[in-house]
Amino acid sequence: MPTPSNSPQIRLAVGALAVLTLLAVTIAFGLSVGSRALSLSDVLGALAVQGETDASIIVWEQRMPRTLLGVLVGAALGVGGALAQGITRNPLADPALIGVSSGAALAIVLGSFVFGVSSLAPQIVLAAVGAAVVGGAVLSLAGYGRGGMAPTSLALVGLSMSALIVAVISVLVLLDAQTLDEYRYWLVGALAGKGTPTLTVVTPVILAGLSLTLLAARGLDALALGEDVARGLGVSVNRARLLAGAGVVLLTSTAVAAAGPISFVGLVVPHVARAITGPRHGWLLPYAALLGASLLVTADVVGRVVVRPAELQVGVVTALVGAPLVLLLLRKSKVAGAGP
Amino acid sequence: MNTREAVFVRSGPSLVARFRRGSASVLFRPRTVAVSLALFTLVLVLFCAGIAAGTRVIPLDDVLSGLAGRADHTTVLTVQQFRLPRVMVAVLVGAALGLAGALVQAVTRNPIAAPDVLGVTAGASLGGVLVLLAFGGTTFGYGGAAAELSQIAVPMGAIAGAFVAAAIVLVVGGSRGGVGTPRTFSTHRVVLVGIICHAAFIGLVHWGLATGDVDQATKAAVWLVGSLHGRGWEHVTGVATALLVLLPIALTLGRRLNALALGEPSAATLGVSVARTQVGLFAVAFGLTGTAAAAAGPVDFVALLAPQIAKRLTRTPGVPLVASALTGSAMVLAADLLARLAIPGVELPVGAVTALVGAPYLLWLVIRSGGTR
Repeated sequence: MPTPSNSPQIRLAVGALAVLTLLAVTIAFGLSVGSRALSLSDVLGALAVQGETDASIIVWEQRMPRTLLGVLVGAALGVGGALAQGITRNPLADPALIGVSSGAALAIVLGSFVFGVSSLAPQIVLAAVGAAVVGGAVLSLAGYGRGGMAPTSLALVGLSMSALIVAVISVLVLLDAQTLDEYRYWLVGALAGKGTPTLTVVTPVILAGLSLTLLAARGLDALALGEDVARGLGVSVNRARLLAGAGVVLLTSTAVAAAGPISFVGLVVPHVARAITGPRHGWLLPYAALLGASLLVTADVVGRVVVRPAELQVGVVTALVGAPLVLLLLRKSKVAGAGP
Repeated sequence: MNTREAVFVRSGPSLVARFRRGSASVLFRPRTVAVSLALFTLVLVLFCAGIAAGTRVIPLDDVLSGLAGRADHTTVLTVQQFRLPRVMVAVLVGAALGLAGALVQAVTRNPIAAPDVLGVTAGASLGGVLVLLAFGGTTFGYGGAAAELSQIAVPMGAIAGAFVAAAIVLVVGGSRGGVGTPRTFSTHRVVLVGIICHAAFIGLVHWGLATGDVDQATKAAVWLVGSLHGRGWEHVTGVATALLVLLPIALTLGRRLNALALGEPSAATLGVSVARTQVGLFAVAFGLTGTAAAAAGPVDFVALLAPQIAKRLTRTPGVPLVASALTGSAMVLAADLLARLAIPGVELPVGAVTALVGAPYLLWLVIRSGGTR
């Protein structure tokens, strides 16, 4: 909020508690809402004793892994977006724009097409490599010119790189119906049907990525003042970029491998978080993690409710909800901001 | 006052010829004319090559006599019923996309702006896919009871999708300057809104792909990349009609582009109603995009790149409309030729070729120009 408070630290800490409560409420919804609705006491009972009751099986085997996956993927996407915007100092930068998502997607399709890889652990490794290669290529190509990294050239490079990758993917997919069939389900972005095995692979990687990014917070704060100022403050610009870049790659590729390309979370969440916390990354990144997690779990719950008994995949919900939200934000703000 | 004169003046790096008769004057650049003629010749050559190439290669003599209807029956049939409409669709779709891209880039004064980026192509994709999935159970494109229906319905869906997308982008992207001032378009905002809408529409397209069965999804995936496979005369008449209606409007409004290029306040002082011209040009451009997608599916990168290539070739300060249209035609013709010949026995979708060639070219352009904005 723009109004200066007497003690912003306390205000932010209280706010963090509020956001944590929000996340707890969305998790409660995530556990209780579904094709068979459970009351809160049912859920709590099932959580207390892991028994053989229906409620216990539903909660522990289906909704718990799905909800936790939503929390992790949402946090990863929110923080990944905040880092991408921090490195590039471009408010439009999200993992999709700098090509990281499409790099991970290409790696996964190639893995399925060439080697028949369809299990998650090797897919995550592949996705991380693809994300790192393409994201690194986009950032370095965009910064290659004399004038440094203008937002326009970043957007253009990211756009053309993504289009190139999508073309390669569509040719591969057309040559092989099996790959298409796997790819199109993965493409919509869904949390359903990913059990505990997914969670055990994803959790350590995302937690590692999240803690890595906290190390980058101070460097990003300095970078926000401009490269020259950052150097003047004695901050190693390249180290900050490298740490944050590794964070983006790790978080995004894992999220994309686990749940498919989910749009808008990486773009919207950092903006909402920044409106609360201001530009300091030490606060911004945790807020982005909590808000991203809440948003994704909420979107998943909404997808389960709106077209019952069928389900709307979470990626579709974020697109349907995220786009109007961003458009509304744009409409309210007088200036469009630094567009490309 | 019936003076006639022809004056050549230097304007910046290039030569401008001004022909004046009485109070009317026509400005044009000899280089632009020469480049346009060269592009036209290139289009003609690619046009003939497109007819000649195929599973049965037809010699150039037979191509010409086949077009005239003087060759043997099979050749005439092959040329006139199968290859000619396909190549015509390529020419017209390319011209429509090139022109649409040129108009959008000229209005927004932004080289990234194109119907692809503004979400209009994605809107057309969504409309087409939804119709395709609704009718996809029938044998689309290969005869069958509902084939004709989907031949009409898919294009209608694409056009409707394009217009819904355009309406959203223009309504949300427009901003009221204040009390009493007319509605204007912040070009930054339009591009921003477009990128957001693009992402949302593509998300919905993916959802559509996941809901159909695998046969439908394959058909939709082929259409989505942009294909000229099996295009007949009905596709030609569709795009040709749209071009006949929209081209004169584009050229008439295009005269005001020079005024717009000076910046919106200056244009307003020159008596050009900025918002109305912008909306008119956007509407023409998006109409062209929708019809192009209706005929060939969403072919990416042509609308984005054709104007840039044309601009580089002609070295004009503005965006050359005619040269952009011709460049677009040449691009789609060449891409279709490559799509048919690149892998023997496999016909790639034309849009995959434009993206595989266009994306690296765009990358090169950006890298070469460095951080210039």
